[in-house]
Amino acid sequence: MDRRESLKSLLVGSVAGGLLVTGCAPESTVEIPEKPQLPGYGRNEREKEHDEEVLSESFFNEHELETIAVLCDIILPANAEFGSATDAGVPEFIEFIAKDMPNNQLPLRGGLAWLDSHSNKLYGMEFKKLNEEQHKAICDSIAYPGKTAPELKHGERFFTNMRNLTMTGYFTSEIGVKDLGYKGNMPGVWDGIPEDVLKQQGMAYEEEWLAKCVDQTKRTDIATWDDDGNLLT
Amino acid sequence: MQVIESSKVYDVVIVGSGAGGGMATKILSEAGFDVAVLEAGPFFDPAQDEYRTQLRWPWESPRRGASSDRRSFGDFDAAYGGWNLEGEPYTEAPGTRFAWFRSRMLGGRTNHWGRISLRFGPLDFKRKSVDGLGDNWPIGYDDVKPYYDKVDKLIGVFGSKENIHNEPDGFFLPPPKPRLHELYYINGARKAGIPVIPSRLSILTKRINNQRGSCFYCGQCNRACSAYADFSSGTCLIFPAQKNGGKIELMTNCMVREVTTDKEGKATGVSYINKIDRKEYHLRAKIVVMAASACSTARILLNSKSSVHQDGLGNSSGLVGKYLHDSTGASRSVFLPKLMDRKIYNEDGVGGMHVYTPWWLNDKKLKFPRGYHIEVWGGMGMPSYGFGFNPNNLNKIMGGEVGGYGESLREDVKKYYGAVLGVSGRGESIPQRGNYCEIDNNVVDEWGIPVLKFNYQWTEHEINQAEHMQDTFEQILDATGGILLGDKPGKDRNFGLTAPGEIIHEVGTTRMGNDKKESVTNKYNQLHDCANVFIMDAGPFVSQADKNPTWTILALAWRASDYLIEQVKQRNI
Repeated sequence: MDRRESLKSLLVGSVAGGLLVTGCAPESTVEIPEKPQLPGYGRNEREKEHDEEVLSESFFNEHELETIAVLCDIILPANAEFGSATDAGVPEFIEFIAKDMPNNQLPLRGGLAWLDSHSNKLYGMEFKKLNEEQHKAICDSIAYPGKTAPELKHGERFFTNMRNLTMTGYFTSEIGVKDLGYKGNMPGVWDGIPEDVLKQQGMAYEEEWLAKCVDQTKRTDIATWDDDGNLLT
Repeated sequence: MQVIESSKVYDVVIVGSGAGGGMATKILSEAGFDVAVLEAGPFFDPAQDEYRTQLRWPWESPRRGASSDRRSFGDFDAAYGGWNLEGEPYTEAPGTRFAWFRSRMLGGRTNHWGRISLRFGPLDFKRKSVDGLGDNWPIGYDDVKPYYDKVDKLIGVFGSKENIHNEPDGFFLPPPKPRLHELYYINGARKAGIPVIPSRLSILTKRINNQRGSCFYCGQCNRACSAYADFSSGTCLIFPAQKNGGKIELMTNCMVREVTTDKEGKATGVSYINKIDRKEYHLRAKIVVMAASACSTARILLNSKSSVHQDGLGNSSGLVGKYLHDSTGASRSVFLPKLMDRKIYNEDGVGGMHVYTPWWLNDKKLKFPRGYHIEVWGGMGMPSYGFGFNPNNLNKIMGGEVGGYGESLREDVKKYYGAVLGVSGRGESIPQRGNYCEIDNNVVDEWGIPVLKFNYQWTEHEINQAEHMQDTFEQILDATGGILLGDKPGKDRNFGLTAPGEIIHEVGTTRMGNDKKESVTNKYNQLHDCANVFIMDAGPFVSQADKNPTWTILALAWRASDYLIEQVKQRNI
């Protein structure tokens, strides 16, 4: 699936089991979509209902989603090791957030329209069709808070918003967490700061403090105490 | 709509399945009572995959764990609901503020709480004797100590023996070693002359029995533990009581409207709405234990009006709902440049801080009464919604461009990951008769039950305490060698003092005492006005120390349950 197709499938609800084809072409077949469902993540009934409702809607149109995808990848392109924002599914995430947190809808839709309008004014073309140099020229003018020309403030706000959503969407994706290098979220045993880190930081544990701490070799022994609360095991 | 009568008469009906209700369920069922437990929310068991949020990755949630009206602390937090419950509003009197966190589910808020399990100390029960404010409890530390001991052994809490007079030691499991940001805190606090000790959390760093596992250090206690290695009411009290063969009828999605009484004013049971069929039922019981949370219990009592109890059940003193109080709170954080580009390793640890500062100035004369403890946070946590917002704001401090786009953003996020240390104060407020909840005569919830209206304002005591917190935070964080973040909140912002209710330690609405005119329950949590009704949540607290209330709720519920059993044996109720 290329980007265009994947965005199209997003438009009609990528998570939906069935394919719902909207549009007014008479030959388009309309399948009744299966109830959109997410894999479980510990939802209660009310939450399941809400998620189903949100997933069955769509907000951005195809052009908007394509513009979002272009912008996301300008904000966070791929590098040698890791994919770009769209590789990490950020446009899908932004589509979901817009539906789930509706106060994002107007600023995002309006911001996208502002971007196209600005782009048309400068280059006579929609933003997504600009070349790299033109993209850079526009982004440079709205990506640095505090340095933006007063007449471009609306663009700055939109860009900041998009940068936040792109960065959070990326770093909460599977690719992004790997890129960050986060090492937890799995069963393990915490037995203190690694020696090399302590050394590098010029720090050390106090003996007196360590003496109070758990001996991890005995963590599965059942605790018993004497009458004064001294641990015996 | 006709009320559907139960044919069975239970020995005890327990309203609410949180800390107090869970303890009552365990003790009373094990004493042989035939018990019904009514919970307003659905069933919940973190060991069953359909309820599990523990060890899930951020991308498993389409909103990446963001908070919502359905789950205020985010998708992966175990507490359903929160600051807002659809169909169950509350109101605030003009010009006052109270934030009310409710979690309707088996186990209630014990599923997600911080597990900070501190005993109230000898001073905490008798603060009026120290500063002349508020009231003393009718009981002291020695009355509760045996129950704290039993709770420690039954449920498990890690900590260390420190021999600090007002921070009594208990039967502790050993604490985990500090993490790197916590070493920075220890060093900063030491330099500022402020003590630090291992924290005291109800998390199993060792096994305490064969039914519950020991901690596997995912740092996610707020998600509820599938190994039952931390305390929650369902996993540690109610399920074990069921397994012990207790006669326990667990009824979920049952929203209690009122306690019913006979013409002598004695309780006969409770009426409730089954949220599934929306019909009203009456459940008959010889004894009623209220453990719906301080404010929900007050609401039910105030809604339980009869010819004998004209102002609501237990309210002849007019004090039901009065003296509502919450802990104070304030925070600050510091950026530690020495932690930039740090080596990444798994430092999830237990779900919460490994070290903390207990209140250290009991002997000092200060501008405010009572004290606070300091909690510590930071480290290389798992990203969730919001992570990566303003990815390079710290460039303002370190130099470099703020904003922008492209590969540099990636580098900035990694550079600053895990380089911030934060502290939060949690302090004792002075209970005020003028801070209260009452029935709003204009509003009902979707079940037709009149809702609560809150009236609450901080006094200068709490504001002055927050000022002291900010000064202390500055001293400690400066001494870490880092760069303080944000502005120090001044008087115009009440020194960053949280709004009443926000710390979720609300207590005091049915306070205990020896004088019937000045209290709602006696010193055994029994209503003065109605001998077969007991309050086992935090309502009977006379004052909320700077200690989190759960361990005291558990100890007092156990003590009250023992008393209840004794009273039944003696045929007094």
